[in-house]
Amino acid sequence: MTTRTLAVVSAGLSNPSSTRLLADRLTTATVEALRARGDDTTVEVVELRGHARDLADALVTGFPNTELQAAIDTVVGADAVIAVTPVFSASYSGLFKTFFDVLDKDALIGTPVLLGATAGTARHSLAIEFAMRPLFAYLRALPVPTGVFAASEDWAGGGSGALSGRIDRAAGELADVVTGRPAVSRPADPFADPETSFEELLKGH
Amino acid sequence: MQFGIFTVGDVTPDPTTGRTPTEAERVKSLITIALKAEEVGLDVFAQGQHHNPPFVVSSPTTTLGYIAAKTEKLVLSTSTTLITTTDPVKIAEDFATLQHVADGRVDLMMGRGNTGPVYPWFGKDIRDGIPLAVENYQLLRRLWREDVVDWSGQFRTPLQGFTSTPRPLDGVPPFVWHGSIRSPQIAEQAAFYGDGFFHNHIFWPAEHTQRMVEFYRRRFEHYGHGSADQAIVGLGGQVFMRKNSQDAVREFRPYFDNAPVYGGGPSLEEFSTQTPLTVGSPEQVIERTLGFRDYVGDYQRQLFLIDHAGLPLKTVLEQLDILGEEVVPVLRREFAALKPAHVPDAPTHASLVAAAGGGHDSTVHAADDVTGRTVETAAQA
Repeated sequence: MTTRTLAVVSAGLSNPSSTRLLADRLTTATVEALRARGDDTTVEVVELRGHARDLADALVTGFPNTELQAAIDTVVGADAVIAVTPVFSASYSGLFKTFFDVLDKDALIGTPVLLGATAGTARHSLAIEFAMRPLFAYLRALPVPTGVFAASEDWAGGGSGALSGRIDRAAGELADVVTGRPAVSRPADPFADPETSFEELLKGH
Repeated sequence: MQFGIFTVGDVTPDPTTGRTPTEAERVKSLITIALKAEEVGLDVFAQGQHHNPPFVVSSPTTTLGYIAAKTEKLVLSTSTTLITTTDPVKIAEDFATLQHVADGRVDLMMGRGNTGPVYPWFGKDIRDGIPLAVENYQLLRRLWREDVVDWSGQFRTPLQGFTSTPRPLDGVPPFVWHGSIRSPQIAEQAAFYGDGFFHNHIFWPAEHTQRMVEFYRRRFEHYGHGSADQAIVGLGGQVFMRKNSQDAVREFRPYFDNAPVYGGGPSLEEFSTQTPLTVGSPEQVIERTLGFRDYVGDYQRQLFLIDHAGLPLKTVLEQLDILGEEVVPVLRREFAALKPAHVPDAPTHASLVAAAGGGHDSTVHAADDVTGRTVETAAQA
C-alpha cells in the first residue's frame, strides 16, 4: 500500500471559515477515495491566514522566512494539492494568489490539484474556471476537471446538484490521477554535484 | 584575513531629514569613504556597478583609479562587475589599466546583476544570465592570459588577432571572485577555475550562504585546486554600531524601515534574526561576525555594508572609526588564532606574482603588418 501526501491550502480568513469547511470536506472525500483505490494518505493543512504577514514580508525581501518555507515545502513536496480560496472581487483572494506567487514557477509542474472556491452567492461560481484554472495552467499543474464551488445556499441544499455529489466526483477524479502515478519525487537538490561538467558548459562559448 | 567595506553606490534620501544627496555629493562621498577605510586600517574597498538611477557607479574604474592615486595599501575591488552585460574586452582593458595605476592593488568580483532592463539596454537577455557569465568570463580570462586572441562565441562579435592592452601588470591578471546568492552554477564556475567565491551574505538568510559555500568548497576540491578548506571564500555583512546597542537600534531603525531593499517588510528585529544584519554594540558585531566561521569555515575576506539606505556621510565615517578602532583589530586577532596553517590567505598581486615565479613585463609591441618590423627590431637596425 502506497502512502500519499495530500497538501491542503486554505485561504479562508474567518474562523470558522466556510473555505476551510469546504477544504475539509474535499480532504475527507479524497482520503476516502484514495483508500478505496488502495492508498493511504497523510494530510498536511496550510492555513494561509497564519502566513499573511510572512507572505507580505516574502514579497518585500525576496525570501520566505522559516515558517513560510516550511509551508512551501509541504505543498511542493505533496503528491496532490487541494487549493481552496474565497472569491474576492470576482477572483481568488490576494492572500491565495500571493502564496502561489512566492512558489518557484516550476514547483508544481505535474502536480494533481483539486480546485475549490467559496462565496456568498452562486453568481461567483465560474471564478474557478476563469481565474483559478488559468493560474494552475500557468504553473503547469494538473487541475482535475471538476472544481467545487460552494455558495452560502449550498450548505443547506440537496437534490441533483448537491454539494456533496460534486465533492465526491472531484475527489474521485483527484484520486484517479494520483493512484495512476508513482509516489512523488522530491525536487532535485540544486546543490548535488552537477550532471553536466563545466567543460561541457564551456563548449560553443 | 582581509577586512573591508563594499558599497552599492545608491543615492537614497535620508529618511530622518528628507534630504537626498546630489550625484556629485555621492560620488565624492564614495571616495571619502574609501580613503577613510584605508586611514582606519581596513584592507579592501569594493564598489558595485549599476546603470540606472538611483546609483552613481556606472564607471567603477574611474572612481577606483582616483582612489588608487590617493591610497597606499587599500585593495580596490568590485561588488560586483557585471560580467553579463559588460563587454569582456572592456573589463580586460579597464582592470589591467587599473592594475598599472594601482601598482597591483586590484581584484574583481564577477556578478550577473538582477536589474531586468539593464540586459536589453546592453543588447542582452536576462534569461541568458548564466550562459553570458560562462562565456564572457572564459573570454576575459583568455584576454588577460593570451597576447593574441582568436575567438568566437554566442554573445559577442568574434575577435581575430586581438590583443587586449595594456597587458596585465607583471604578466599576472587580477584575482577574481565570483558572487552569487543562490545559483550553484556560479559557485561551480568559481570552483572550476580555482577562483574565489563571495557570498553577499546580506538581505538573505545565512542558510543560503552556508549551502553555496559548502558546494563551492566541495567542487573546488573536486577540480583539484586543493582541499575544500583551502578554497577562497569571502562574505559580506551588514552592520550598524553604537557604543550602546539600544542607541544603535534607535538611530538605525528609520533607515531600516525605509530602506529600498527591505523597507516595509519585516521589522528590524525580525530581519536581524532572519539575516546576518547586526545592529548593536561593537561587541555584538564582533561576536556575530566570529560566528560566521561556524557555518562557512575559515574564510579569507570579510566586507561590511555600512553606507546604504540614506545614511549620511558623517555617520558612515563614524561607523568606519568604530570598525577600525574596536571591531576589526579584535576580529583579525581572533580569526588568525583560529585559522589552521594550511588555510591560505586571500591572493594578492604580490602572492600571485610569487606563485607565477616572479613578475615579467608582458608588453606586446606593435608590428608593422607589411614588413613585420617592430620597435625593437627597428632600434637594432
